[in-house]
Amino acid sequence: MSNHADSRDVWVFIEQEEGQIAEVSLELLAKAQELAKTLNSQVCGLLFGYQIRELAETVIRHGGDRVLLADHPELENYRTLPYARVAIDWVRERKPYIFLLGASPVGRDLAPRIASAVRAGLTADCTDLQIGDYESKKEKRVYKDLLYQIRPAFGGNLIATIVNPTMHPQMATVREGVMRRHEPDATRTGVVEEIEPKFEARDFALKVLSRETHESNVNLKGAPVVVAGGAGVGSQENFQLVQDLAHLLGGEVGASRAAVDAGYVTREHQVGQTGVTVRPRLYIAAGISGAVQHRAGMQESSKIIAINTDPNAPIFQIAHYKIVGEVEQVLPMLIKALREKTK
Amino acid sequence: MTSARKYNCVVLVKQVPDTHNVTSNAMKDDGTMNRAALPAIFNPEDLNALEMALQVREQYGGTVTVITMGPPSAAEVLRAALYRGADRVILLSDKKFAGADTLATSYALKCAIEKIGAYDLVFCGRQAIDGDTAQVGPQTAEKLGLPQITYADSVVNLEGDEAIIERAFPMGNELVKCTLPCLLTVVGSANQPRPPSARKRIEFKLAATPLEYRELLERRPEFPSEEALDAYLAARNLKIPVWSAADIGAEEDKIGLAGSPTQVYKVNFVVLETTESRQVPATQEGIAALMQELVREYIVG
Repeated sequence: MSNHADSRDVWVFIEQEEGQIAEVSLELLAKAQELAKTLNSQVCGLLFGYQIRELAETVIRHGGDRVLLADHPELENYRTLPYARVAIDWVRERKPYIFLLGASPVGRDLAPRIASAVRAGLTADCTDLQIGDYESKKEKRVYKDLLYQIRPAFGGNLIATIVNPTMHPQMATVREGVMRRHEPDATRTGVVEEIEPKFEARDFALKVLSRETHESNVNLKGAPVVVAGGAGVGSQENFQLVQDLAHLLGGEVGASRAAVDAGYVTREHQVGQTGVTVRPRLYIAAGISGAVQHRAGMQESSKIIAINTDPNAPIFQIAHYKIVGEVEQVLPMLIKALREKTK
Repeated sequence: MTSARKYNCVVLVKQVPDTHNVTSNAMKDDGTMNRAALPAIFNPEDLNALEMALQVREQYGGTVTVITMGPPSAAEVLRAALYRGADRVILLSDKKFAGADTLATSYALKCAIEKIGAYDLVFCGRQAIDGDTAQVGPQTAEKLGLPQITYADSVVNLEGDEAIIERAFPMGNELVKCTLPCLLTVVGSANQPRPPSARKRIEFKLAATPLEYRELLERRPEFPSEEALDAYLAARNLKIPVWSAADIGAEEDKIGLAGSPTQVYKVNFVVLETTESRQVPATQEGIAALMQELVREYIVG
């Protein structure tokens, strides 16, 4: 099963919809470039779709050295089985060393299917990826240059580094916004290889009857200011204060998972490991205790204001400004101060 | 439009620590988790999966079989499934399963589902709250050679060997038609899981796996021996079967730690870099001064 004598190439699944490459795929290309440099190998983008050949150039400009392209009417819209068929065939044939996918609904549907078929290890929602050695005490041997798949674990109190010593490819998914994309470089060159997919009848067991997408009007990633509320906000009514403050600051509303689960706000507002990663100029955390999964999504903010009743809440350890108090009292003060400021 | 066909459903469920309700007393002083302070619960989206299967049975007929893999104490979620109306429950438990990652878990589940045999639909929750990987469903589907429908929000219609399913994503919806058998991973918005029925709670109060007999005997002195208890439970359909690795014909190199490609290399306690920080008094004056400072530094425009 082990095949580390083979290629050390780093593969990235390029997710595209209607000719638009997903942001997360461009971010992964940048990370893959970094990993491939350490490994002295190549980045290969897997581009599937129909009439999407011209996107290969975009893949190369963002860090691809090679593009494996499947352009076929059956691949026009994402469906698990046809996409998995092509990816699995290629993984078996080319034996990549590392294979990265976005932790999007598509990536989370496809990655485990591939991992199961080729019996590879897969780690979901990584917050960091590095190359390093792994000493197996049991086997008394050192595995060189493995992929460290780093993610919070055990309810977020710990950060685990996961490795997959032998059953390659080393597969990982990463949420959008965790890695940073490169600016496109028009001088980059690469090889485009088009492969004719071979399907079987059972790959078409599922038909899409209709599809409806709604654009999100939440733009957390690009917001200069994020005001986020957590369980400590206490109620949906109080959450309106979070929204008011965000609006006044020209920012976006964020939330911890607890606030989303409590129904204060929809899931697209969730900041953190399983939500969106943000790096705003100002992040205001109201009633958020600061579990590591949440911090993973906001700790690189330039300035952090934290409001919490518990003076020992972990969020205070990364905050620049600590306000110990009730959210429902402090937020109105902030709103008032801001209104007076802008008068 | 209902057809005469009945549908047999298998539901995969998991007992998880209640990570959503981590409170400060769930943390020990050294930063590790105090597992005792975290109650073990029925993974929330697995309850949605069970509910969807129960509704299929109510509308079309058929059976609902619930499987979980875990330690002996995981029988608790199987009883919870019986209280809600499952026809049959099975515990996969064996020390050889220990340390399984998602790949090894999906292989064991695949073996168990194949042992059950006749099934039309396999349901599981979209993801478990202890790991959030959402991998076991698709991996199990692949191992069974089934199509998968992740993010399933409702079973719109079943007719003959075809299902029409609505999927719900954060950013859209999709209506799909799929041939049976297939595997569905169910989202939390799919339905409102029913509470345990009071009548079934009484009916299945004694339901237990043989792994729990010793403990049960302590509470039930009226049974003179494990054999007597076993005979009593078996006669009343209250004996929850436990399947071992051998029972499901699992190859040993594909289960537990040995069958898991991923290994935890190291675990770090989260060390928070102490940021240069300032306490701001929670008063109108203190907060006004903070705002002025942020404006001066061009952080607030």
